[in-house]
Amino acid sequence: MTDFQVPIWGYWLMGIGLAAFIVMLGMYIRKNRGFKRPLFASPYVLWLVIFTVIPCLLVAYFSFTDPAGNFTLDNFKNFWDSNFNARKAMDQEELNMYLSMGLTLEDLGLARNSINIDTLVFSLWMAFLCTAICLLLGYPAAHIMADRNFKLGPTLVILFIVPMWMNFLLRTIAMMSLLEDNGLINNVLEMVGIGRQKLLNNTAAVQLGMVYNFLPFMVFPIYNVLNKMDYKLSEAAMDLGCDHWHTFYKVTLPLSVPGVVSGITMVFMPAVTTFYISRLLGGGKISLFGDLIEAKFLSTSLQEWNVGSALSLIMMVLILLSLGLLRRVDPEGEGGGMV
Amino acid sequence: MMKILKRFYLGLILLFLYVPIVVLIVQSFNAGESRAVWEGFSLTWYGKLFNDPNIMKSLWVTVSIAVLAALFSTILGTLAAIGIHAMRKRPQAIMLTLNNIPMTMPDIVTGISLMLLFIFTKVERGYVTMLLAHITFDVPYVILSVMPKLKQMNKHSYEAALDLGATPMYALLHVILPEVMPGVITGAMLAFTLSLDDFTISYFTTSPLVQNLSTLIYSQARKGIKPTMNALSALMFVVLLLLLLLVNKRSSKQE
Repeated sequence: MTDFQVPIWGYWLMGIGLAAFIVMLGMYIRKNRGFKRPLFASPYVLWLVIFTVIPCLLVAYFSFTDPAGNFTLDNFKNFWDSNFNARKAMDQEELNMYLSMGLTLEDLGLARNSINIDTLVFSLWMAFLCTAICLLLGYPAAHIMADRNFKLGPTLVILFIVPMWMNFLLRTIAMMSLLEDNGLINNVLEMVGIGRQKLLNNTAAVQLGMVYNFLPFMVFPIYNVLNKMDYKLSEAAMDLGCDHWHTFYKVTLPLSVPGVVSGITMVFMPAVTTFYISRLLGGGKISLFGDLIEAKFLSTSLQEWNVGSALSLIMMVLILLSLGLLRRVDPEGEGGGMV
Repeated sequence: MMKILKRFYLGLILLFLYVPIVVLIVQSFNAGESRAVWEGFSLTWYGKLFNDPNIMKSLWVTVSIAVLAALFSTILGTLAAIGIHAMRKRPQAIMLTLNNIPMTMPDIVTGISLMLLFIFTKVERGYVTMLLAHITFDVPYVILSVMPKLKQMNKHSYEAALDLGATPMYALLHVILPEVMPGVITGAMLAFTLSLDDFTISYFTTSPLVQNLSTLIYSQARKGIKPTMNALSALMFVVLLLLLLLVNKRSSKQE
């Protein structure tokens, strides 16, 4: 196991923090002459600080330090160029000697390697694609079910919600067993005469798994908004001479934007951060940003952990930014996410 | 015509969503080990499942952690909700924002940040750390279930109890708690299910020696799916589904 050097000020800080918490508690009680109701929250305040705030700060701390605990930006430079640390770790004289002998950085395997950025871009692309496919598949489904004349709609929606509750891991495994070399799909293909195909361990399988996992998260919020929408509005549009298409385009679609935004949030966020879908359906060949982070922390090298923290921090910032952006589009959170 | 097309489309999507799950469950009843051939109905794999010491051990870990995490997070969360509800506007907003962090942060980052905390404080990862992590991600949901009940409550009944000579503890137990009880129970059940269901955060906060069912399934699935795992997945699916149906029925009744 890796052995972190805990700086002595770390312990001091923890002690001072705890003392400050107790003193503040005491002062609060004195000031209010006795026990007031907000004090019931004090155990959780302490818990939040220890298990939410401090861990977040730790991720930031490890992102900006090297294994010895000194401040550095190397982890982020390593994000840009994954050979940065390796190049730095090498004896500079030896490196110069090799270079003067006419060897290039490529020959030494130390040239700039953009795998981290590439993986991030690939992850974002996969998540974007997944969101787009879910929207294209999910919007019509939600629209059909929300139709007032479709009596089965409310019942069918429940069928869409049930998979939302199911463990992602189990769903991914179900998908995996379907796509296997001797899984159902391949058996059918063989029977039809097409013959067995390699369905697992490629990008399409990962994308399929992502869409399969996240589709219900798109359908439900859109259905919710469409269902609550005042149907008289579209009827009025029709009465005033709009055809079906224009009614949809000018009335229904703009009114359903909150649901779409909520759906996009609920699909895009987990799609960017997933790591087991790609691991199980991509067979370790397809790497997403989540896989990259996981791999860093499976390593025994301390430096990798610092780099992994930097990657986590980047992901955290990315998620917060996109959340903030989406909130701007749908400030009231009307879409109503979870069940 | 349009109508048929619409229904056909819905049918296709539902087929897409359900075929993998149904196939998985059907396969768990297959007598043979092969996935290609149906060799008759049997419960062999379920029998094997209950005789596998690894699976039984992780079943125990999963259930006991879920029970303990639900218990602690319900106590902590209910107290917190009562406290936060009585706060003035500003501290209340701060608390609610902090409370939202674990819910908005991606699981993988929550898992890693907690893992760093345990490594930094030199706490060996295992059963206890997994429990602490589960309590951490459960509490926000308990608070969210209790809060609406508190808002419905009469604002003055707590103060009335104090004026009549009750201690804060007595008022909490005999005035506030009975009123918010439905929310507390929903929160506890939600916490229990979330904890049973969790994979990512457990994965980072435990050691390979202490595994819950999700992490066990993950580590074995990478080597290829065995029929016992189909049985295990099918069982877990059914149990979680029933639990969630129960939770949902409760919360919709409350509204």
